[in-house]
Amino acid sequence: MLVLTRKKGQSIVIGDDIEITIADVFGDQVRLGIKAPKDVPVHRKEVYLEIKEENKKAAGTNITSFEEAYKNIKK
Amino acid sequence: MIIKTMHFGEVEIDEKSILYFDEGLPGFDNIKKYVILTGDEGMPFRWLQAVEESYPAFAIVSPFEINQNYEIDLDKATEEYLQIKEPSEVAVYSIVVIPEDITKMTANLKAPLIINTTNNKGKQMIMDNSPYQIKHYILDELIKAREAQEQGGK
Repeated sequence: MLVLTRKKGQSIVIGDDIEITIADVFGDQVRLGIKAPKDVPVHRKEVYLEIKEENKKAAGTNITSFEEAYKNIKK
Repeated sequence: MIIKTMHFGEVEIDEKSILYFDEGLPGFDNIKKYVILTGDEGMPFRWLQAVEESYPAFAIVSPFEINQNYEIDLDKATEEYLQIKEPSEVAVYSIVVIPEDITKMTANLKAPLIINTTNNKGKQMIMDNSPYQIKHYILDELIKAREAQEQGGK
């Protein structure tokens, strides 16, 4: 992991097409500006991890639960 | 072609119905080809089944059936990536999780699957700022939807 320090207004460039700018700093929060190509997804990490976990749980849904669930809806 | 499915054994599918998720799905980056399998008539759930392997397969549901007021705004990145030109081309599904206690089944309304039915490209669009939840309880709504359907038929 590369660790470096930037001041407000400064930027970091990743590869050719990704740029992250420190837009503002207030207290323990940092506002970032992110420029990236449209096909590169950019997400808050905790949201991305939660989606990933949820997908993994969903992939494990077994058919018995599914059939039971359906019966519950049918009645 | 015949594929091996997680729940239905071997199934014959039309190659033209294969959906291409070129970015995969979070947690399943390497699985890029899926098909949608329908279960019994009248079931609100369908299955998003991987084509090349029997795992994974996801139970999916239309979020508009769960919540009549569900609205999504496709972000520009998704629109361009999937080459969407008209709203009528778009199909939306939410991935469902059915835990041991089935009354607690949930659908991910925050990160719907967006599919362009014209070119069969798909992606899971994460709406960071959306008020919708990753775990939205759906049992009550599905029951209501079913009741409404039956009422309508009378």
